[in-house]
Amino acid sequence: MASNDGKSGGGVQRPLSPHLGVYKPQITSTLSILHRMTGVALSVGTLVLVYWLFAITSGPEAFAQMQSCFSSWIGRLLLFGWSFALFYHLCNGIRHLFWDAGKGYELETASKSGIAVVVVSIALTLGVWFCAYTGVGVL
Amino acid sequence: MVEFSLPANSKVKGGHIHPGPKDAKSRKTFKVYRWNPDDGENPSLDTYAVDTEDCGPMVLDALIKIKNETDSTLTFRRSCREGVCGSCAMNIDGTNTLACTKYIADVKGDVKVYPLPHMPVVKDLVPDLTHAYAQYTSIEPWMKSSTPAPERERRQSPEEREELDGLWECILCFCCATSCPSYWWNGDKYLGPAVLLQAYRWIADSRDDATGERLDNLEDPFRLFRCHTIMNCTKTCPKGLNPAKAIGEIKKLMLDRQG
Repeated sequence: MASNDGKSGGGVQRPLSPHLGVYKPQITSTLSILHRMTGVALSVGTLVLVYWLFAITSGPEAFAQMQSCFSSWIGRLLLFGWSFALFYHLCNGIRHLFWDAGKGYELETASKSGIAVVVVSIALTLGVWFCAYTGVGVL
Repeated sequence: MVEFSLPANSKVKGGHIHPGPKDAKSRKTFKVYRWNPDDGENPSLDTYAVDTEDCGPMVLDALIKIKNETDSTLTFRRSCREGVCGSCAMNIDGTNTLACTKYIADVKGDVKVYPLPHMPVVKDLVPDLTHAYAQYTSIEPWMKSSTPAPERERRQSPEEREELDGLWECILCFCCATSCPSYWWNGDKYLGPAVLLQAYRWIADSRDDATGERLDNLEDPFRLFRCHTIMNCTKTCPKGLNPAKAIGEIKKLMLDRQG
């Protein structure tokens, strides 16, 4: 296979044409990178979940410390972010399952399903936080 | 490898401004990527003003006008000027398309013209497609049959022929491949949407008997499976084809044969 090192025959170092900096963000690519970013966030969130479980099993002092961390405004903001990441990744994951089954590739369908994923994941996030504040009341 | 910024020798710096005719009735500004292999300078973005009243409707018309009347050093590929050859594929107004089928009037504000993204540049708007063509060769884009050649053509039913619709129309302009972030970061090993659509064109052909062999060739973490259904390919295809769907069909076949 031909080399792709950007060298021309005359030994001139060829430039690489602009890519990310000039390509307009598309709804398709934006939702795709959001899927990747929420996935990374959830990996970090899993560590936080482990900390939460440790705190529960380590006695009342550790539990109180964890509780004060998470109920601070920054803690709540992070939890809000993580809950959105979870719902977005879940909903978009279902969208990916449809693609894997060979369905939903038409541009219009893909745009509509993308918008639906965003709307549903925002609704689920707000719903969970609404329940947390009104129903449970511990936060 | 993912590299968000351009290498030092590829950063776009400055550029000449060509004011164009003073008596222009309707002035449109074109900002065009330039790189000259002979002067040792970085690429630049040159500005040309074009009187659209005195120019054809397409971006290619404007580029030809600039080359004829303002700056004969401007270099780009073009041939058919009607969207069937794929030569004038470039990045216009932030997406990849054919300059000959892109209306100037469809671009709001200045018309920014770059070569196909994330490719080595030969000169100005001409990308080096050597690697992409080599990848195309690697999928062996010709019919393979185990039966001896019949006296006349190999026949297909209308239904079998229909399977190739949306695939045979591809003109290999590589707009899709060079719109794909996955191809940007892993184009050395990932085949990209254009070549994979072509691979499926032969897999889907009822006259071809090499489906198993073709799938074997694609069974690889990079060649096929770097497609993450980002779908920039389908979004940008100037022929309205759906490479993402073709790749999805190949992935399905991979699963089917694993049982």
